Amino acid sequence: MELSLATRTVGEHTVLEVGGEVDVYTAPRLRERLLELIDGGARHVVVDLGRVDFLDSTGLGVLVGALKRLRTAGGSFALVCDKEPLLKIFRITALDQVFPLHPTVDAAVGAEPSGANA
Amino acid sequence: MATVRLSFSPAPVHVRTARLVGVAVARRAGVREDLLDEVRLAIGEACTRAVALHRQYGLPDPVLVEMSDGGSYAVRVVDRAPIEASIGLAALPPDELANESLTDEALTTGVGFALLAGFVEDLQVRPVDEGVGTEVRMVWPVGR
Repeated sequence: MELSLATRTVGEHTVLEVGGEVDVYTAPRLRERLLELIDGGARHVVVDLGRVDFLDSTGLGVLVGALKRLRTAGGSFALVCDKEPLLKIFRITALDQVFPLHPTVDAAVGAEPSGANA
Repeated sequence: MATVRLSFSPAPVHVRTARLVGVAVARRAGVREDLLDEVRLAIGEACTRAVALHRQYGLPDPVLVEMSDGGSYAVRVVDRAPIEASIGLAALPPDELANESLTDEALTTGVGFALLAGFVEDLQVRPVDEGVGTEVRMVWPVGR
C-alpha cells in the first residue's frame, strides 16, 4: 500500500497520521512533510503509526531525524504505536529507549512534552 | 530444489517488488506464516543496503536476489560494491542513536543491520565468491 500522510491539530500538538509502507522509496516524502511541519512552526509533533503496515530502517532514520530537530528547537516528538510487529522493530533497534512511544494519540498528547528528552 | 532469481536496477522503487516476491516465494516454500513479516523486513533491509551501496559507488549494475527452497528457505542478496564485507555490522547503543553527531546515513545503516541481525537467526554477510561485492545470506526454516 502507498504511503499516506494526514495532519491534524490537537491542542498544541500537531498529529501526523501515517499509513501504508514507509521504506527506502517512500521515506523521503515522510521526511519532507515532517520538515514542512517543523519549519512551519510545529514544536510538539506526534506521529501516529497506527495505520503503518511496513516500516524499515530508512523510515526509522527519518523519525530519529525529526526527534533530533525538535529537541534542538526545544520542542517534543512522540510516536503512537500499538502494533506488536512494529513495537518489536523498536525494541530490536533499541529505539524504544529513544522515542516516547504511546498506545494512543490521547496518551501521547496527554504526556508531558518534556517526555521527548527521555 | 526450486530457485527464483530477481535482478533489479539499483533504485529504491524496486525494493518493494523484491520484498513482495521474497515473501511470495517464502510462503510457497512453506515458511511459517508468523515468520513472513520478518522475511519481508529482512529482505527489504538487505536490498535497501545493496541499493544504497550501488548508488554510493555510482554502480549501474543490478542487485541480485536469489531465493531457493532446498530443505530451508535461503535468500541471497548480492551487491557489487567494493567494500569490506563486515563493515557496519556493529549495532548502535541507544545513547548513540539520538546523538547529534551521528549522520542520518550512519544511523540508517546501523539500524538496518540491527534489524537484520535481530530478525534473522541464520545470517551471513560475506564477500562474493567471484569478483567484487558482498552477499547477504539469510536462511529460514520451512515447517511443512
